[in-house]
Amino acid sequence: MSKDKILLAHGSGGKLTHDLIKEIFLPRFSNPFLKPLDDSARIANRPGQIAFTTDSHVVTPLFFPGGDIGKLAVCGTVNDLSMVGAAPSYLSLSLIVEEGFSFELLEKIVSSIHETARQASVQIVTGDTKVVEHGAAHQLFINTSGIGWIREGVNLSGLNARPGDSILLSGFIGDHEIAVLSGREGFQFREEVESDCAPLNDLVGEMLDFCSSLRCLRDPTRGGLATTLNEIASASQVGMVIEEEAIPVREAVRGICELLGFDPLYLANEGKLVAICPPDRAEGLLEVMKKHPAGRAGEIIGKVTQERPGRVMLHTSIGSHRILDMLTGGQFPRIC
Amino acid sequence: MKFIDEFRDREIARALALRIRETSTRPVQLMEVCGTHTVSIFRHGIRGMLPEQMKLLSGPGCPVCVTPNHDIDLAIALSRQGLIIATFGDMMRVPGSTSSFQKEKAEGRDIRIVSSALEALKIATENPAKQVVFLAIGFETTSPTVAVAILKTRAERIGNLFFLNSQKRVPPAIRALLESRQLKIDGFILPGHVSVIIGEGPYQFISQEFGLPAVITGFEPLDILQGIWMLAKQIEENRPSIEIQYRRAVRPEGNPLAMSRIYEVFENGGALWRGIGGIPDSGYLFRKPFGEMDAGNFHVQVEPTAEHPGCLCGEVLQGIKTPLDCRLFQTVCHPENPIGPCMVSLEGTCFTYYKFHQP
Repeated sequence: MSKDKILLAHGSGGKLTHDLIKEIFLPRFSNPFLKPLDDSARIANRPGQIAFTTDSHVVTPLFFPGGDIGKLAVCGTVNDLSMVGAAPSYLSLSLIVEEGFSFELLEKIVSSIHETARQASVQIVTGDTKVVEHGAAHQLFINTSGIGWIREGVNLSGLNARPGDSILLSGFIGDHEIAVLSGREGFQFREEVESDCAPLNDLVGEMLDFCSSLRCLRDPTRGGLATTLNEIASASQVGMVIEEEAIPVREAVRGICELLGFDPLYLANEGKLVAICPPDRAEGLLEVMKKHPAGRAGEIIGKVTQERPGRVMLHTSIGSHRILDMLTGGQFPRIC
Repeated sequence: MKFIDEFRDREIARALALRIRETSTRPVQLMEVCGTHTVSIFRHGIRGMLPEQMKLLSGPGCPVCVTPNHDIDLAIALSRQGLIIATFGDMMRVPGSTSSFQKEKAEGRDIRIVSSALEALKIATENPAKQVVFLAIGFETTSPTVAVAILKTRAERIGNLFFLNSQKRVPPAIRALLESRQLKIDGFILPGHVSVIIGEGPYQFISQEFGLPAVITGFEPLDILQGIWMLAKQIEENRPSIEIQYRRAVRPEGNPLAMSRIYEVFENGGALWRGIGGIPDSGYLFRKPFGEMDAGNFHVQVEPTAEHPGCLCGEVLQGIKTPLDCRLFQTVCHPENPIGPCMVSLEGTCFTYYKFHQP
């Protein structure tokens, strides 16, 4: 088998495919579900509701400060399950590889998937690999789906926010998108910003232990914090008032944003969550958050209100008010 | 000094807002020329801190918004001939007469997003068998980098790179607005970064010929509040002049080195502003030694220029109307379906109103 580049034959289902599975995937994902290499993994049911999610990952570049597409894929799915109160258990892993992709890089990425899955205590139980012609995919696309069982008594949804609730954020925003940008051509910054890509299931577990009446959890990925808040405000038909001063942003991220004309409130995060909780639990929940490595820089950033349902207002750092809308159009580096 | 926190200090903001309120006794209309000012004013909720009788109008300082249809159509026509087009990201979704770069890219044309003119050189050297055209838009802030890119192109003998010159100059546009006498403007908030390059000299006509005050202002909320206060004082004391608020970045003489680069490559000439029309002296022409890099020389069929009949971008750019006066605003025209350039650009007045304005 070629140890250098992935060939079309590696995706054809024949001997080369089997060799690929045996050499790259099985050694890393050795669990009783995957080992038989049946067409489907067979999983015993458990009591309660199942949460089921899917995500595709097409990030460029594949490797960036603080992470890579593999780590991103696992964290993305683990976190989506966590946000509805499910303990992530089993993941599927589908790869679409461009012909000519480096074997070494593929191994690196699969190792990263393995390591991240181990950290998050999830298992990869089924998978698929396809190889497409040169130019038909941008190096590598990954899809992960995942299931987990939702904790009993927990009802987390964007529909649940109520006037008076407190809004918490688990840490610094903007790190991930800036890190990915800095991995691209023409964007070398003096200070390296690392992606915040991380599994949040452990933090969520502790937060639910403390407060089972949490209303909603959501991770502010594409579209950023502003978009996520707007989604919840709209779904629950409530208003929100957010304190700009309370939102943690690293100095390096703030500086780069000012340079490029970006607004950190709209940048993607891959290791952060927004939590909406009853007001009397807010301080205690914040303490729980701050004790956890994934929530050290957590803050209470605002309140849910009755006024202006569906609208998020920002109380700015200079003391004025303005509307904080969801992302429209996309952000480009400013021209002048 | 970090230049962000200090210029967003709440107490100083409050004090400046109070000073403005105490100083300004009569109704005034101030124009902020630059798109970045429009965004900053909205983003920091500055309008809400000003006295009722003080109105701010947005001006034509949005490079994406004023790039003529024809230039976009020409670049599209060239891309259909197989040339590589390099352009800034915001230009991708701007509607030309019938198409846009984004639509053309989806059809398979080679259109690439760059963040500076110098990136176009890299594309040209990496694709020696193709011709590359860089769409040069922007004001005096970015013209020095375009000039330097052209000088480098010649020095390195890159024969397959061309420049579609759609750059504009701000002072002649201000003159055209004042000469049209279509609006009542009582003072100008002048663009900070353009002025880093050109200094205060080119604006003198505003106070000397038209008797109006103007303040070169920075972009942080305290800069803008201080700039507005300086304007209010000039108005009340009836002593119109050109002042610099943005002293940490702007020198009265500007940046002579940057200016010399511009004029090594270009000379002043008339230019077309989308929605406004031709403004004398408001753009650049290639000097003879660099004429061969002018993408305007390509012989290619370009479709007739057409604008959507209901689009009010032109009047919005001149401060004659606001987006709220436009029937298409929010109904048909919104960021996901922009009819005109002012809704596409992240610093376009219509986009900014859409994003920040209270319903």
